[in-house]
This record gives sequence, C-alpha cells and structure tokens, in this order.
Amino acid sequence: MKADDPDIKWVEEPKLGWSGKMYAPMFVQGLTTTFKHLKRSLQGQAVTVSYPEQEPNIENPLIYRGVHRLNKDSQGRVKCVACFLCATACPAHCIDIIGIESPWEDREKYPESFTIDELRCIYCGMCEEACPVDAIELTSLYNLTGRSREEMIFDKEKLLSVYDATKDNEPMRSPGLGGTV
Amino acid sequence: MIIETLIKIAIVIGGLMTAAAYFVLLERRMAAWVQDRVGPNRVGAPLSQLNKGWKDLRLFGLGQPAADGVKFILKEEYTPAHVDKRLFVLAPISILVAALATFAVIPFGSVLPAGLFWDEPIEMVVHPGAGVGMLVVFALSSIAVYGVILGGWASNNKYSFLGTLRSSAQLIAYELPLGLGILGVILATGSLDLNEIIAEQAKSGWWFAFTQPLGFFVFFVAAFAEAARLPFDLPECEQELIGGYHTEYSGIKLLLFLVAEFLHMIAASFLIVMLFFGGWHFWFITGHDSNPGWIQAILRVAVLMTKIFLVILFFMLVRWSWPRFRFDQLMALAWKVMLPLGLINFVAVAVIEQVKVAVIDPVKAISGSSPGMELICAIAAWVVCIVAWVVISIAGPLVADNRPRLDMDAFDVDPQLEEAR
Repeated sequence: MKADDPDIKWVEEPKLGWSGKMYAPMFVQGLTTTFKHLKRSLQGQAVTVSYPEQEPNIENPLIYRGVHRLNKDSQGRVKCVACFLCATACPAHCIDIIGIESPWEDREKYPESFTIDELRCIYCGMCEEACPVDAIELTSLYNLTGRSREEMIFDKEKLLSVYDATKDNEPMRSPGLGGTV
Repeated sequence: MIIETLIKIAIVIGGLMTAAAYFVLLERRMAAWVQDRVGPNRVGAPLSQLNKGWKDLRLFGLGQPAADGVKFILKEEYTPAHVDKRLFVLAPISILVAALATFAVIPFGSVLPAGLFWDEPIEMVVHPGAGVGMLVVFALSSIAVYGVILGGWASNNKYSFLGTLRSSAQLIAYELPLGLGILGVILATGSLDLNEIIAEQAKSGWWFAFTQPLGFFVFFVAAFAEAARLPFDLPECEQELIGGYHTEYSGIKLLLFLVAEFLHMIAASFLIVMLFFGGWHFWFITGHDSNPGWIQAILRVAVLMTKIFLVILFFMLVRWSWPRFRFDQLMALAWKVMLPLGLINFVAVAVIEQVKVAVIDPVKAISGSSPGMELICAIAAWVVCIVAWVVISIAGPLVADNRPRLDMDAFDVDPQLEEAR
C-alpha cells in the first residue's frame, strides 16, 4: 500500500501546547501522579495482597469464575437434565457427561456421570451461560490444588459437594429456575 | 599513610557495594509502591531452617540483596558460542573498574579531626588533594562508554549492538552539556577540586543550585543521561531492546554490569550534591571551618549522605514518572536544548562573576561579597534561566514533524529501494 492510497485516512497529530513545549508543567504532572500512587501504597492500599496470609478480596462472588459446582433442586436431586449443551459449548472440551433415562417424572434424562477436568478447563463460564436449567455454575473458589492429574478430574459427587460447601455464601441465580437470588 | 589509604578504599568499596545492593532493594520497593503493589518483603532471616520451632523473620525484605547476590553467583553463567570471548569477559570488568575508580577523588565527608590513633586531620577522600578531581571523574566516567561498547560489540547480537550504538551516541552527546554545567561552577570557584568547591559553597552559604539555576538544570539532565537512567535509558530499554548491551550476559557478569550502572547513578548523585547542593554543608549545623570538631565532622557526613539519599530517591521516582525519549528527541534535547542552555549559563556566570569583581571592591569580592550582592546575582541568574527556558520552548526544537511526505514516492526518499526494484 502506498502512502497516497485513497483508502488511508491521515489523522492530523494534535499540536503540542504551550505546557508541552515548556516541558516543566508536564514534568510536574508526571511527578504528581507518581506521588499519588506512592502515597496510596504507603497508606496500605496497595492493590496486591500478601497471598497466603491474606486472602484476596473477591468483590462479587456471584460473577467470579472459579471452581464449578452442580446445583441441587429443592428435593436435593441434581438439577442437571443431561442436555449436553454445556459440553457442546465448552471450548476446551473438558466436560464429559453420560446421560441416562431419568427415574423422576419432571424430566426425561439425568446424568449418570458428570465429570469436569479442572486442569483442561479455561474458566470461561460458557457452560454456565449455556445451561438451560442453571445446573452448572462457577463459584468463587480460586485456590484449587491437587497432588495428581486424576485428582483434578471432578466427578458428579465432588461437584455436588462443592455446591453444598458454597450454597450459603453464593446462592443460585435465576429465581425462575429455582434460584434463590 | 598507606594503611590509611587502604582503610579508606575498604570503606568506600564496601560502602558502595552494600549501598548498591540495598538501593536495588529500595528501587524494587519504590517501583512496587508507585505501581500500587507491595514489593519484595519476604526474604529476611530464615530461622526456621535452624530450628523447626522458630519462625522466619521477614525484616521488610532486607535479606533480598543477599538472596539476589547468591542467585547471581550460583546461576549458570552462559557464554554464547558466537561471542568474542576475550572482549565478552573484558567488558563488564572494565565498566565496573571505571565506575569504582571514579570514587577515588570523590569525598565522602569533610575532615576527621586529629585524635584517637592519628596525629593529623584525615580528609575523607581516598586521594586527598587531587587538584584536578573533576577531570579525573570525567575521564573515568567516559571509560564507562567503552564497557558498554565492548559488551555490545562482543555479544555479536543485533539488540545488543543497537543498544551499544544508542549508548555511544547518547553518552558522547550528553558529555557536552555535562561539561558546560560544571564550567559555571568552576568559573565561580576557580578550582577543580571537589573539596574546594564544597568549601566555597559552605563559606558563602549560597549553593550553586541557587546562584546558577540554568547550569544546575543542564547538569542534572545530563547526569541522568550519563547514568542512563529513565527517561534516558535508551541503551538498555527492556521493552524495545530486551536489555540492550547486556542481553547476552548472565550470572556474575550481568551482576557486574548492573552494579556498575548503580554506581554510575550513585556517582551522579554525589556530583549533583557536591557541585550544586553544597556537599556536606547545611546552614547553621555544619559550619564551614576547614578544621571541624568531632560533632561537626560526623554531622557533615550525615548531611552529605542524607542529601545523596534524597537525590537517589528522586532518580527512582523519576523512573516511574516520565516516558522514555525517542532517539531523535534525545539527540535534539542534547544538541538543540541543553547545549545552548549550557552556553547561555556559561556566559551568564562569567558576566555575573566579572560584575561582582568590578562593581564591588576586588579585595572584598575574594573574601566573600555582601549578602545583598549575592542576592542580586542570584536573582539575575534566575531571570536569565527563565528567559532562556521560555525562548527555547517557544523555538520548540523538540517538536518533530512525523507526518509522511505524501508528495514524494517512497522510491524518491530512499534510492536503495529503487535498486531493489
């Protein structure tokens, strides 16, 4: 492409103002910003935290994307209807579902097994968005650790236990689907 | 005499090395604070290694320099196959030696009075009475360029070489304003000896930063550029040149480069304080005798170190305040702004000094002129400074036209392109 190509739009550079030419006002401006941040940090308002001793402050746990959980309905059954929408939406292919015929009246299928490979997962939250019954949700648990790869593949029981552990602090969304928020 | 000098050398080198190590920690903490982070605060005394029941002491991260030093020494020291081995080893050594040697003539205090184990007062400088002190500092700081050039050349790497080229151009360009800034001070004091320059300021109580503001600005900017600190760190600029001339270095050789860089900064701070901020002098508490008592002698060292610490803090704050210059702006600043300003300062100082001698009694001028005269001279110098600054900024030599030449074909601009076609 040549410089005189009609498709190129040339933008006129803004003219350097008086303070820019003098340099000194800009100089003071830069130092002021530096001192502002310095003061903030020295008052103990640094953005980072000393992690193991101090937990990071997650402002809204409902929109944080951490470890998954499988929600339960009011009768304590798994809410999932094994529709595979989450597994289809998953860009990392980390969700593996085996659905079988449901023993209950209100749905056709339910997951016999529901496993998520937490190491493959990229925590994008697309499964949560895809789910029509709000069965899969991401919690605010961020410090996920394990001693082996096998340990990090979460099965249905483990995902349901994550729900039990987090349901008080992070209630389910969508009241229309049985949520409590 | 020899023992005295050896002790002084030990104090200077030991002090400088420790200072450089802890300034690295300080710089990292400052960087963290300015960027709203906490910074390295963990490495302290690892007492739990000695006894399971004891708790580690953090000590605000004061163990970090030791940990960094051990890391640098124990790291694999990799020499790439494509380098010029001899020059590759020589470069960090030469730069560190030159940086350390500078401190031979830079005083680190005033005078220690006679007493304890010595009969005569001890001057707190490794080589006392060096009448050409400033020249030695200049000569040795110029050698630092060779370390950079050797390092970049021996590395045989494009980034290193780009850093080297920038460095050589930059350091040569800024040596001129650096010299012009000092010239005014030398005119006013009539001596190249740093001790005498300080003594002169102590005697009149007028630091040269007040009586020669223009010279001070020129020297200050040039000292930043000579120390290759931001906003003048074009030789290294991590973001563009991945470290510039020391890209290929690792382990202890890299450490030598980094320490030398910090020494340059410390030397620049020493010079700024001694030439323009009165060295060890502070009104009412240090006096200006050439034979101080013990309390005054210690106070002088404390004042000097405090001033240097403040200047270094400023160096570190500046790093996070202003963006790096583009190379053409850097050159324009040196040749079109700093050089004229330095010359104006030189002329102004010469005129003012001459007026001082001519208007008032010559005998009086030598023994210290009246406070009123000094005040008038300082005001005149500030007026010259402000006028020169405004004139330069109206002329705007730093403003570059970056628009492409639409009236010209690319082949007209660069004939080599034509050959390629």
